[in-house]
Amino acid sequence: MAKLIKLHPLDNVLIVVEEIAAGERLLINDSMVYIPDAIAIGHKVAEVFIEAGDKIIKYGVSIGSATTKIAIGMHVHLHNMKSDYIPTYTIEKSFRETND
Amino acid sequence: MQWQGYFRKDGRKGIRNYILVVYLVECAHHVAREIASQFREDTVQLIGFAGCYPNEYADRMMNALCTHPNVGGVLLVSLGCESFKRERLEENIRASGRPVHTVVIQEAGGTKKTITEGLSWLQESIPVVAAVSRVRMTVDELIVGTICGGSDATSGMTANPAVGRAFNKLVASKGIAIFEETGEMIGLEDIMSSRAVNPELAAVLKASVEKAARYYTLMGHGSFAPGNAEGGLTTIEEKSMGAYCKSGDSPISGLIKPGDRPTKPGLYLMDVVPDGDPKFGFPNINDNVEIAEMIASGCHTILFTTGRGSVVGSAISPVIKICANPQTYQRMSDDMDINAGAVLTGRTTIDEVGDDIFESILLVAAGRKTCSEELGHQEFILTYKTFTPIGPACLPA
Repeated sequence: MAKLIKLHPLDNVLIVVEEIAAGERLLINDSMVYIPDAIAIGHKVAEVFIEAGDKIIKYGVSIGSATTKIAIGMHVHLHNMKSDYIPTYTIEKSFRETND
Repeated sequence: MQWQGYFRKDGRKGIRNYILVVYLVECAHHVAREIASQFREDTVQLIGFAGCYPNEYADRMMNALCTHPNVGGVLLVSLGCESFKRERLEENIRASGRPVHTVVIQEAGGTKKTITEGLSWLQESIPVVAAVSRVRMTVDELIVGTICGGSDATSGMTANPAVGRAFNKLVASKGIAIFEETGEMIGLEDIMSSRAVNPELAAVLKASVEKAARYYTLMGHGSFAPGNAEGGLTTIEEKSMGAYCKSGDSPISGLIKPGDRPTKPGLYLMDVVPDGDPKFGFPNINDNVEIAEMIASGCHTILFTTGRGSVVGSAISPVIKICANPQTYQRMSDDMDINAGAVLTGRTTIDEVGDDIFESILLVAAGRKTCSEELGHQEFILTYKTFTPIGPACLPA
């Protein structure tokens, strides 16, 4: 069975559904790809080459940006991507507004 | 596909035909339960409001629930001195063309006499309600809601995206789809508002998530925990998407609050977070509060995704349970209508599960019982909350 699934056609990452051992070779986009790291269930793997600054697309939407180049088959996580989310609301600000 | 629905005199169409026994304060709960328990749960169901003090939201919810298209008649059970506006509720139910009767415990002369009076009204009314006209019904007349509960890491990988696929089909078929829980959409303000059908609605959608973020922060809730990263989630956007993907890919047509009815086909966000400062505690103390709110907005059936394994159903509208985790499914298959976890064992795909969910909606609408219906589940809860009415930008023109 496939160890990776794609949640949405627009995605550039795949989701691990069965644990991957370091050094395994898996079929990604019709080619055998060497997976250097062990990767646990629920984690993300690059399906295509991703440039630094590119959006990481999962569920068909951007869930953040790459902070470095990511090769096909690499684990995508805290070490090579970041959130683009800047909360527009802060609790401190609201308290100030109410208390002024 | 078409099936025979139940035609209500107010013009709406239901997929079930229940009589409700409704207690209007906790003090009337036992008497109401004694009355309802004499009948099968596929005929008579029990709901109620426990509070003695008035609440506009609870009043509005109760009026909407008692005139829901799956409801054919209503017996109200009042203690007598509670503040619920029972006369107005009775008038509204009667105006909708449904048989209705109120028993007041203090006037009837206590527990036994009230039960006797209630039972005799029900015995007379059951055949009347059973004889309601049947009418042809199709998918474009259905309103379907979705929620997740007892989630785990698999929820966002299997069941939730599959519900999104089913919602795409429902919206494409001119049905109405409702999703909710703005507290789980923090980080998605821009992604969600970009799906709005117009800029005014986009601003409203964004504001609803900001309201939720503020409310949850005041209640002391965090959003992103270290355990999320261990499970493979990297950003708050990604975590929120796991729940939000139940909404599918359709444009968002409107924003409603509990009890508001969508006016046109399409996809709607339900804002379940109270307006103003936190007053009565958590926005929703459990999953059934949200289920009841979606039913009050007219949902004929509810899609409930679960990873760890919830067993709940609901009064009034059938709940279709979609299990995200294959191990949970194996353990609790009696309670689960759909095994979305099969995506992880390679036996099916998200698209196929989405098709199964859509087909299930139609079969349940045509009368097939869900697992929770078979097992007699009819959970119900209504709490205190505060809402301001929705603005003009919320509903499609």
